[in-house]
Amino acid sequence: MNGAVTPGSRLEPGVGQGAEPFWEATRTRTLVLPWCTACDQPFFYPRPFCPRCLGRTIQWQPAAGTGVVYAFTVEHRAEVDPFAGGEPFVVALVELAEGVRMLSNVVGCPPGQVRVDLPVAVCWEPLSDGRHLPQFTPVVAGVPS
Amino acid sequence: MRARAAIVGVADDASPTGELERSGRDLEVAMVAAALEDAGLTRDDVDGVCHTSSSMRLAEALGIHPTFTDSTNTGGSSFEVHAEHAAAAIAAGLCEVVVGVYASTPRSDRRAGRTRRRPERDPDDPIVEWELPYGLRLPMAPYAMAASRHMATFGTTSEQLAEIAVSTRRWASMNPRARYRDPITVDDVLASPYECEPLHRLDCCLVTDGAGAFVMTSAERARDLAKPPVYVLGAATCHDHSMISQMPDLTTTPGRVSGSRAFAMAGLGPADVDLLMGYDSFTITALLHLEDLGFCAKGEGGPFVEGGRTAPGGSLPMNTNGGGLSYTHPGMYGMFLIVEAVRQLRGACGERQLPEPQVAVAHGSGMVLSCMSTLVLGTQATV
Repeated sequence: MNGAVTPGSRLEPGVGQGAEPFWEATRTRTLVLPWCTACDQPFFYPRPFCPRCLGRTIQWQPAAGTGVVYAFTVEHRAEVDPFAGGEPFVVALVELAEGVRMLSNVVGCPPGQVRVDLPVAVCWEPLSDGRHLPQFTPVVAGVPS
Repeated sequence: MRARAAIVGVADDASPTGELERSGRDLEVAMVAAALEDAGLTRDDVDGVCHTSSSMRLAEALGIHPTFTDSTNTGGSSFEVHAEHAAAAIAAGLCEVVVGVYASTPRSDRRAGRTRRRPERDPDDPIVEWELPYGLRLPMAPYAMAASRHMATFGTTSEQLAEIAVSTRRWASMNPRARYRDPITVDDVLASPYECEPLHRLDCCLVTDGAGAFVMTSAERARDLAKPPVYVLGAATCHDHSMISQMPDLTTTPGRVSGSRAFAMAGLGPADVDLLMGYDSFTITALLHLEDLGFCAKGEGGPFVEGGRTAPGGSLPMNTNGGGLSYTHPGMYGMFLIVEAVRQLRGACGERQLPEPQVAVAHGSGMVLSCMSTLVLGTQATV
């Protein structure tokens, strides 16, 4: 199960096939990525096979936890609000240093400061079951702001 | 497959109120009957059906036993995909007369308390795990992100995107059934509130009731029917992701593939096109079509749409019915692209009729820029 949507309330992600190591690592606020050993490349989202070669030998490696904003939007009216009334908020595609892209939020700065190519670093939003949701915050000179 | 099949009947319904009286299967069957009448055919002629959720239930309601059936759903581009499949099936001899139909009444459903809850998401859909927890608003947010990337990469501006809404509204002013017909300006678009920045409310399509149908048959049979046939000269489809985080490049859609393949089949190119019906769920959607179909180079869509180039009197008429932005948008809009393209090629569009168009492109976009499907349609003169 990847999760369940409850409109108007916080959605907590489930744990899909092949994603257990990802979510377990978030308990210690660690961002890990699945790497295909045959391709020697990471992929995202996690699944039990490599989307390039369909190989099933997957190695989990810690990610640097840094990246840049690839694209973003400031949402002024949300259907599923991750911040319980905190509109507007930023939804962004973040390109990690390892080259994969993940959807997330940019937090910790006014929405108006977010731009494409903004350097960001991972930060963690607690979930109800001890896991954490990876989000991102701007970095200044390599240090999270 | 080129010109082996032709669209011979069309129908659509929409209202300036945004609401229709009929709904559901009742409305669908009314559209099928109207399109068959337009073609000069009857229910008994139909041996193929297309529907976005169940071609089997549709056929049962119509009381027919088809030998070609297609329930493909690629979102808003489903109807271009249906037409592509139907043309291939007719060319292969699987069937002879295919109907495709769509009806959706979100607006009157809401008012009448027939509020259909948003369909439950499949809990195993990866989007529930990897995108929705971040508050991703569908369908706007993915398109807004594509706009942000296009702006950052190519310098495209909100004013340029707004030009598309302004030009489309000018076409809508000549469509008596359009939801919105009053002229708007670039400033109006920019002054409308943000939905998902950088997209304003007037960058976004409508939510209205609407319905439509098409009838397709073989080129041989098309010659003897009621209206001038509109031939399927080229057709192609491509999808390169389902959810937005998996889109390889947010500034380039799979329309680049579907478009070049459809043009190649037709033996035509963008310079031959008299009318582009390009799915305008959002202004950015239409801008990406202009680039990916080759009407301008990648990144030049912004300057291209300036100065009313796609408006009445412009060099590339686009969305002459007023589009999803101003005519109607019931959820999956692709049917209306086909209906307007056919009517323009027949010369049946009244005040907004183009001067003797020969080639029209109906280019559907489904899900979140995920599945593009391109039809190149032509008159008898192009065959």
